[in-house]
Amino acid sequence: MYSDKVMDHFKNPRNVGEIENADGVGEVGNPVCGDIMNISIKVENNIITDAKFKTFGCGAAIASSSMATELVTGKTLEQAWDLSNKAVVEALNGLPPQKVHCSVLAEEGIHKAINDYRRKQGLEPWVEKNLPAHDHEEMTCGT
Amino acid sequence: MADRRIIYMDHSATTCVRPEVMEAMAPYHAENFGNPSSLYSIARNSRNAVETARAQVAAALGASPDEIYFTSGGSESDNWAIKGIAFANRKKGDHIITTKIEHHAVLHTCYYLEKQGFSVTYLPVDQHGLVNPADLETAITDRTILISVMFANNEIGTIEPVAELGAIAKKHKIPFHTDAVQAIGNVQIDVNAQNIDLLSLSAHKFSGPKGVGALYIRKGTKIDNLIHGGGQERRRRAGTENIAGIAGLGKAIEMATSDIEAHNRKIRLLRDRLLDGILKTIPYSHLNGHKEKRLPGNINISFEFIEGESILLWLDDAGICASTGSACTSGSLEPSHVLLATGLPAGISHGSLRLTLGEVNTDADVDFVLEVLPDVVSRLRKMSPLWKGEKGSGA
Repeated sequence: MYSDKVMDHFKNPRNVGEIENADGVGEVGNPVCGDIMNISIKVENNIITDAKFKTFGCGAAIASSSMATELVTGKTLEQAWDLSNKAVVEALNGLPPQKVHCSVLAEEGIHKAINDYRRKQGLEPWVEKNLPAHDHEEMTCGT
Repeated sequence: MADRRIIYMDHSATTCVRPEVMEAMAPYHAENFGNPSSLYSIARNSRNAVETARAQVAAALGASPDEIYFTSGGSESDNWAIKGIAFANRKKGDHIITTKIEHHAVLHTCYYLEKQGFSVTYLPVDQHGLVNPADLETAITDRTILISVMFANNEIGTIEPVAELGAIAKKHKIPFHTDAVQAIGNVQIDVNAQNIDLLSLSAHKFSGPKGVGALYIRKGTKIDNLIHGGGQERRRRAGTENIAGIAGLGKAIEMATSDIEAHNRKIRLLRDRLLDGILKTIPYSHLNGHKEKRLPGNINISFEFIEGESILLWLDDAGICASTGSACTSGSLEPSHVLLATGLPAGISHGSLRLTLGEVNTDADVDFVLEVLPDVVSRLRKMSPLWKGEKGSGA
């Protein structure tokens, strides 16, 4: 059911771990929905020089986090912010429809890490364009 | 992948057809292809095959052959039992009692009947998945027309106190249906001693072919037809009989119930070694279901801090076939309704793994799973944000 690319990133995930003294950290999802992603980034001169992840979730969730961290590394914060879940899905050669929310979660995780960095720098956080994949207040799971 | 060894531990999903069963089915494809409703001799052979199988099923259940009706499988049998009783007894009442842990073939049929104006009580279960007979007694009203409780649960393997529940139904003169799809060949069944009025079964769960099952209906039970049409199955179930499938079902149930005790001893020994090994070597793992009142081949374990689908993907990579109660394999985001009904938190339900052993499994299979599984769990835990190491972890 998964593409070879998804299986590759699931079996050989890139950038697993937590960056010590990270410049920005974002954790999204919740255990009720069966997926949590923690993304940490290192930023130098407005460029993401390192990104790592830890994920509790299915094969698609792990592959999406792995791909997302790979895609944002070396990008400016603006470029990384504009990385959409669609770009993650495309880079993975597609995800089954019921798994697309995993890529949305990865996008959210990156955004949250970037905004965490901005806050630490005393900057206004950027505003999310889309609704979150999971409504954390009510602990319901959406797609 | 030609030499890849496959270790099949998903016998609750389906089983491999036995050679003896294939042999019993073989003559009814090309040679004896006659329609049992016809008069000529090749049709007589088909008819005899159906009646032989009917007797074999009846013997396995302690029933009489004229109480056995062949269907297309477990789902049809459940649909027929529940809708058939509900619609035939509508004037008497409109209340059905079942449980929260039934198979979807029962649950979704009940949801449908709710839309048709029936009311349904879904009995709770305790943390082991057991229905409390006192809860059934309390739920019965003078409008109750059907009680349906599964014999053994497909996910956690819990064996329900069917005889006791059936006795309560009998006392109140309410038909008692049980979905015994998982129980055949694993539990001794006697429809009279266990007070069962209707029983669903499916051949492919006990080394028979897919697409064929049966419904036992106690003589005198008021029930409508589900499939309308020709006069097959004594005018109760229309459609030309699946002769080869029915012959296979008959042979399979005869073999599966010939020595249940020996089968159970063998499977339980393997199961317990695997179960103990897993619980011993993998911290933060919990058995779901009941310790004793469980199907001999069933293991259902939750591993904290990780998710089931990713466990299955790694096991599949090693050639091990298993299943999970995590939402991620089903398309919805809700984990197993059975695990939730036992009170297991959703987060932990996502990390459940079901291994169901059968006749084909060996000691070497158990050793192999014990070799592979701890690594899989530890690899996934290392990348889980919930895992804080063996000592510091708390959900």
